Amino acid sequence: MLKKRSLSFYLLLIFFCLFVLFLYGPIIAIVLLSLQGPDGQLMFPVRSFGVYWLGQVFQEQRVGNFVEPFKRSLTLGLLVTAIAIAVSVPAAMAFRSRFRGASVILYLTIASLIVPSVLVSLGIGILFQVMGWPTNWFSSGLGAHLTWTVPFAFLIMLGVFNRFDPSYEEAARDLGASGVKTFQEIVLPLIAPSLIGITILGFTLSYDEFTRTSLVSGQDNTLPLEVFGMTTNVTSPALYALGTLTTIFSFAMIAIAYSGYRIYSQRQRGG
Amino acid sequence: MSKLKALRPYFLVAPQTIVLLIFLVLPIVLIGVVSFWEFNGYSMTPAFTLDNYRGVLTSSVTLDTYLNTFKYVVLVWAVCLAMAFPVAYFLSFCIDNPRLQVILFLICTIPFWTSNIIRMIAWIPVLGREGLVNQALTGLGLVETPVAWLLYSDFAVVVGLVYLYAFFMIAPIFNSLMRIDRRLITAAQDMGASGFQILKEVILPLAAPGISIGSIFVVTLVMGEFITVRLMGGGQSASVGKLINTQIGSLQYPLAAANAVVLLAVTLLLVVLILRTVDVRKEM
Repeated sequence: MLKKRSLSFYLLLIFFCLFVLFLYGPIIAIVLLSLQGPDGQLMFPVRSFGVYWLGQVFQEQRVGNFVEPFKRSLTLGLLVTAIAIAVSVPAAMAFRSRFRGASVILYLTIASLIVPSVLVSLGIGILFQVMGWPTNWFSSGLGAHLTWTVPFAFLIMLGVFNRFDPSYEEAARDLGASGVKTFQEIVLPLIAPSLIGITILGFTLSYDEFTRTSLVSGQDNTLPLEVFGMTTNVTSPALYALGTLTTIFSFAMIAIAYSGYRIYSQRQRGG
Repeated sequence: MSKLKALRPYFLVAPQTIVLLIFLVLPIVLIGVVSFWEFNGYSMTPAFTLDNYRGVLTSSVTLDTYLNTFKYVVLVWAVCLAMAFPVAYFLSFCIDNPRLQVILFLICTIPFWTSNIIRMIAWIPVLGREGLVNQALTGLGLVETPVAWLLYSDFAVVVGLVYLYAFFMIAPIFNSLMRIDRRLITAAQDMGASGFQILKEVILPLAAPGISIGSIFVVTLVMGEFITVRLMGGGQSASVGKLINTQIGSLQYPLAAANAVVLLAVTLLLVVLILRTVDVRKEM
């Protein structure tokens, strides 16, 4: 840390700070504008401080209903994450041994990430229409979310198992543990910190998903769809207040995940 | 017993593969099928007609829309790269303390986990007619009347898309840079290479796989984009995703499907082109 810094270091530092300003500036702007009194406007300057608009978010008649869509997005996020983990962990484990067709499966999973999202939405919409099934957030919407979260979970687990030392499992097997027992007692505790990471990643990916869900959520909107509807007809700081609340929620999720991850990996190291 | 063991990987990948077959492969196959169906003004009927493709491929709107979408793709890609590389470089080479490195990387990451739509809305008080940028410009006397093209314009669309997707460029480049063996840099220095030469001859070639993975993400995300174009663009801002979305809105599924097939083909072509320039398999 004591070595003399070059000019390029300071230029890069300034660039980095500008980038952070670019990232956080707009978010800070809406947080400030949402903390206004009833005379607040959509633009600066801030007229008076207060929590009036945060309260308005929960008043159904003024800006639409957000409590129900929030509950829906919460449920959907948890379902999507649970399924994503349940299917991606075994799939990544399969990739620890060579098998025919492995590369096809890998490409299929990556394709799921890079297919333009409007195709997923349109395709699932057509599938449900052709089959005569009604679209719903918990059926077609769930499927659309899985095409986005499962590949991420899978790729992360692939990386985790790449760095995984198989000698622990071999030792367990030598001592007579069954496959299931080895997974429960050895593999699961070792990958647990990564699973916490995937849980939160999967949840936030699902919680914020818009484009893939947009055509297939059915009658009841998820939270992002409800917010999008609001952008066209709400012209008060209540819009920003909602933004502030969902952003705080996302930050809280990240903080919980990060501390969970740290506590767990520390406990493991401490033995 | 050994036969059972050989089947084990297939049992393990089966659930994930079934999920992707139902919600990815089958829907895309159906898009292909429906793109040959007929549309009679209010519903679609099974048929085999090339009219939809004829409509898509001969209309001047399609060409204009693709050109406009490519404009977004190129601009967003260039800005993301120009932004992501210095940031990733700073994090990986200028910060020696691993703990600080993780914290700074998290700072760069956290906003990307918040709602996309809220992050679009957040630009209104910044770029709007009476927004912060215009207040600053008029306050400093740089312009007399507020600049109108900051919001609801192509400029705003590019800003919005960069804001949404820069992370997808930063993370893979950062990952590539972190894997570079630091002894290579020392070796180059010992041989008398200048800072610029090290960047060009050592770091850039080794960062290429990360750059190309980031490029694939940014290009494919922007190709199918419609929500940012709707929220941030003016009425004239067009993109293929928005066009497809409008056609779906008027229930013209076969036409939208034909458009989607063309979009998929173009996107895959772009991905193949990127992959041909750089071999990314080493990164996996």
